[in-house]
Amino acid sequence: MYVEMKDIEKHYGDFKASDHVNFGIEKGKLVALLGPSGSGKTTILRMLAGLENPDSGDILIDGKRINDIPAAKRDIGFVFQNYALFRYMTVFDNIAFGLEVQKVPKAQIKERVMELIQLTGLSGMEKRYPSQLSGGQRQRVAFARALAPNPQVLLLDEPFAAIDAKVRTELRNWLKDMIHKVGITSIFVTHDQDEAVEVADEIIITNHGRIEQTGTPMEIYKTPETPFVAQFIGKSTVVSHYEQLNGFDSVAGASQAVIRPEFVRVSKSGRLEQYMSAAEEGTVEEVVFRGNHLELTINIKGISIKAERSLEKDPVSVGEKVQVLIYRLYIFDENRTYLMENSAMQENDVFYI
Amino acid sequence: MKGLRRQKQAKTCRVIPGFGLSMGVTVTMLSLLVLIPLASVLIYSMKLSPEEFFQLIGRKEVRSAFSTSIMCSFIAAVVNCVFGVILAWILVRYEFPGKRLLDGLIELPFALPTAVAGITLSKMYADTGFPGKYLAKLGIQVSYTKIGLTIALIFVGIPFVVRAIQPILEKLDPSYEEAGNMLGASKARIFRKIILPELRPALLTGFGLAFARGVGEYGSVIYISGNSARKHTQVVSYVIMQKLNYVDYAAATAIALVMLILSFLILFLVNMVQVHQAKRTA
Repeated sequence: MYVEMKDIEKHYGDFKASDHVNFGIEKGKLVALLGPSGSGKTTILRMLAGLENPDSGDILIDGKRINDIPAAKRDIGFVFQNYALFRYMTVFDNIAFGLEVQKVPKAQIKERVMELIQLTGLSGMEKRYPSQLSGGQRQRVAFARALAPNPQVLLLDEPFAAIDAKVRTELRNWLKDMIHKVGITSIFVTHDQDEAVEVADEIIITNHGRIEQTGTPMEIYKTPETPFVAQFIGKSTVVSHYEQLNGFDSVAGASQAVIRPEFVRVSKSGRLEQYMSAAEEGTVEEVVFRGNHLELTINIKGISIKAERSLEKDPVSVGEKVQVLIYRLYIFDENRTYLMENSAMQENDVFYI
Repeated sequence: MKGLRRQKQAKTCRVIPGFGLSMGVTVTMLSLLVLIPLASVLIYSMKLSPEEFFQLIGRKEVRSAFSTSIMCSFIAAVVNCVFGVILAWILVRYEFPGKRLLDGLIELPFALPTAVAGITLSKMYADTGFPGKYLAKLGIQVSYTKIGLTIALIFVGIPFVVRAIQPILEKLDPSYEEAGNMLGASKARIFRKIILPELRPALLTGFGLAFARGVGEYGSVIYISGNSARKHTQVVSYVIMQKLNYVDYAAATAIALVMLILSFLILFLVNMVQVHQAKRTA
C-alpha cells in the first residue's frame, strides 16, 4: 500500500471526527472519500496533508511514517475547495510558486510551468490574474500549481463544488483523464456519489468518523456491506415490514430493507405478462418529471416505494392502479446488509421454463 | 423573469425614501459642512496676487514648517503601518484575556481630546517623565524635538491603520496560507508573498489617512514639539495659528490653501493606486 492510515483517531472537543480510521491505497490509484457532510472525510484529507494532526495512529506514505513531518515538507499537492489561487499573482506566478520556494533555477521553472500550462490547456493565459478566469480554468490552475513541484500524492478537497453543474460533468472527465495521464496517486473528497462513482477507481465511504466500506464503485453499488452504505448509495427508499411484500420472507433480526428504483418495474394494470404471482398491486401517489424520466411514488399495502418510468412508455397518473414487480431488495440488521431476491419470481422462473 | 422582478422590487423597497430627497439632504449637508468652508479658503486666497502668494508661502519658517510636517507625518504613517499590522494581526488571530478591552482602546486616540494626549506624552517623554528620564540618560531627548512630534503623530494615526487592516484580516481565507504551506513556503515567505499583497490596498488607505491626518494635526503636536523655529519643530498648523494671532489673515489662508491641496493630493493618489490594484482582483 502506498498511502496508509492506521487506527487514526481525531477529536475536536467532544466531537469524534475520526474513529479508528484504517485504509490503504495502492500507488497510482484515484480514490474518492465519499460521505455526507460532517462524516469526517475532509478531516482525513487534511490529516494526510499535515494541516491537522491526528490524536493517535499512524499515517504512512511509501512505507514511511509521516506524522511528524510538517505539511510543507510532506511532498503532497493539495487542491483546495475554493482553489485558493493567489489573487495578486498571474497564472504563471501561481504555478511557479512551489518551484520558486524550492529555489529551482529560473529557466527550469519556466520550462516546467509552460509544460503544465500546455498540459492543462491553459496556453495563452499565463499572464492573466485568477479573477480573469472562469471557474473551470481556475480549477486547472489550482491543479497545475499543486502538480508543479512533482508531489508524491495529490489531494483534492471537493474539487467540483465551486463549478456550475453544466461544466461539472465535463471537468470530471477532464480531471480523471489528467490524473491517469500524470499517473499520480490521488485522493479527492466529495459528498456527491455520482461524482465518486464516475471519477474514482476506488471509493472509501465515511460516516460518523468511521470508514464504512472500501471498494470499487461497482462493488460498493452491488454489495453494500453496511446499512449506511445500502441507504447512502443509489436513490434508496428504506422500508420497514418488507415481509408483507410478495416473495420476501422475514429474516430474524433484520427489520428493515432498502429498495432502489432500478429494482422495481412498474406496469400498467393488466399489461404484465410474466411473474404474475410475484407482482404486487399498488397505487400511484406521486409523479415527478425528472428531465429524462418520471419518478413515481407508489403505495403498496401502505408501503411507499420509489420507481422510475421511461418517458417512452405510456404515462401513468396519480391515483392509478399499477402492477409492481420488485426484483430484489437489501435487508439489513444492525451491522450487516444482505441481498434478497424475490423468491416468487425464482419459482416462476422454474415454472415457465 | 424572476431576476427582473426582484430587481424592480428592490428599486421600490429602498430603506431611505426617494432618491431626490436623500440626495438633497446629502448635498445640503456636504455644502454646509465641507464644500462652502473649503471654497471660502480658496476665495480668500484668491484675493492675493500670485507674487504675494508665493512670497508668503516661500518664507523660510513656512517652508521649514511644511518640511517638518510632511517628514514627521510620513515617518509616523510608516511606523503606524508596521505597528498597525502587528496590532491588527494580534487582535484578529489570537485569543487572549483583555482582547476586547484592547480592541476598544484602539479608538481612544479618536475620542481623547488631542491636547490631553499631547500634554501627557510631552510630560512622559520630558527629562523628568518615566521613559524620558532613562532616554535622557542615553542622550536621547524626545519631548520638544522631532522625535516627540513623530511620537504624537503615531499616537494620533494608529487607529486609521488598525481599523483599515482588521476587517481584511478577518475575511482573509485561511486556505491561502494553507496553500502556501502545502507548496513548501516558509512562514516569512507566506506573509510576504501571500498575506501582504492581500493587505496592501487596506494598508494604503490606512497610510493615506494617517499621513493626511498627521499633516493637519494640531492639538497633540503643539505641546510636545516645543514649536521652536530654530530647532525646526514648528508644524504647519502651528504656523497658521501664529499668523492668525498676528492678524496676518492673508498668510494664514495662503498656507491653508497649500495644506488643502496637499491633503487632497495624498488622498487622490491613494485612491488612484487603489483603483489600479482593484482592477486585478475585480
